[in-house]
Amino acid sequence: MKKLIILYIGRNQEITDTMNRLLNAREEWEGITTCLDEEALVMVKDTPINLVLLGNGISAAAEKKLRADLIRVRPALKIIQHYGGGSGLLYSEIMAAMGS
Amino acid sequence: MAQFVLHKGNTRGHANHGWLNAHHTFSFANYHDPERMHFGVLRVLNDDSIDGGMGFGTHPHDNMEIITIPLEGALAHKDSLGTSSVIQHGDIQVMSAGTGVQHSEFNANADQVVKLLQIWLFPNKKNVTPRYGQITLDIAKRHNNFQQILSPEPDDAGVWIHQNAWFSLGTFDENFETDYQIKKQGNGVYAFVIKGSVTIDGHELSTRDGLGVWDTDKISLKFNTPDTEVLLMDVPMEL
Repeated sequence: MKKLIILYIGRNQEITDTMNRLLNAREEWEGITTCLDEEALVMVKDTPINLVLLGNGISAAAEKKLRADLIRVRPALKIIQHYGGGSGLLYSEIMAAMGS
Repeated sequence: MAQFVLHKGNTRGHANHGWLNAHHTFSFANYHDPERMHFGVLRVLNDDSIDGGMGFGTHPHDNMEIITIPLEGALAHKDSLGTSSVIQHGDIQVMSAGTGVQHSEFNANADQVVKLLQIWLFPNKKNVTPRYGQITLDIAKRHNNFQQILSPEPDDAGVWIHQNAWFSLGTFDENFETDYQIKKQGNGVYAFVIKGSVTIDGHELSTRDGLGVWDTDKISLKFNTPDTEVLLMDVPMEL
């Protein structure tokens, strides 16, 4: 089974660590996470990421720049906002984003 | 013309984990239905029953307004803001998760189930400073009356949140009739029947049914059973 590779970007390290655990707890997903935008850009260059989740603490200005930078690296990249910071909405957000 | 969406109680998502029996009006956890994602900014309406001494260990939240309404029993809450509290029937708890908060929620009693509604709304402002609040309300004041339990204003009745939403709770006698005026243009109202039977604009609802109404400025309610308990959630329809 081909795993869906999901990158989570947030600012709060504790929440980001939790998201890493939650994403990797499912057999069909592979999660990678970072709190740094520069690192996220390198990850998108080097890894066949299917979906980016933008998480906690990213300001509106930083989000705008980050989205533009990510799309410049990979124009077809799917980027969505993750709300809630936990497991509650994660599955349905990802399912909706992937058109399932 | 008014628009309606009806969610019968027995069509909700259901997860029974033994210690936790949960019903989800909207997609949540492993329950995913693309037709049940949200009603305006109302994203989560969970109807949970938690066994004695059990609960949710420490877990994070961000950018969500989280409201907890205990229906029976008592719930112990601890969070990374330093809060340690117990809420019970008559209390309303609110948490603005904002930039991020960690919390745990456990049944405060070892020998009694706690039943609660947990409601999540998308905030109208992202990355706010996390905050916690709770109040105790006089339940007698909601007899044949919608008692406001939540609003966007810190000085208004009930708890407040970062969203143009108003919640009201009421317990009504059989055959009592009333109207509810929607508070803000562009808002809709989601009615959730905690107990009993009510007819709203011609739609008959029973215990744990939900009805969303929008593109109108008021709804008319007629209560069909004694002690019918209804929660109204008046929320912006645009995300």
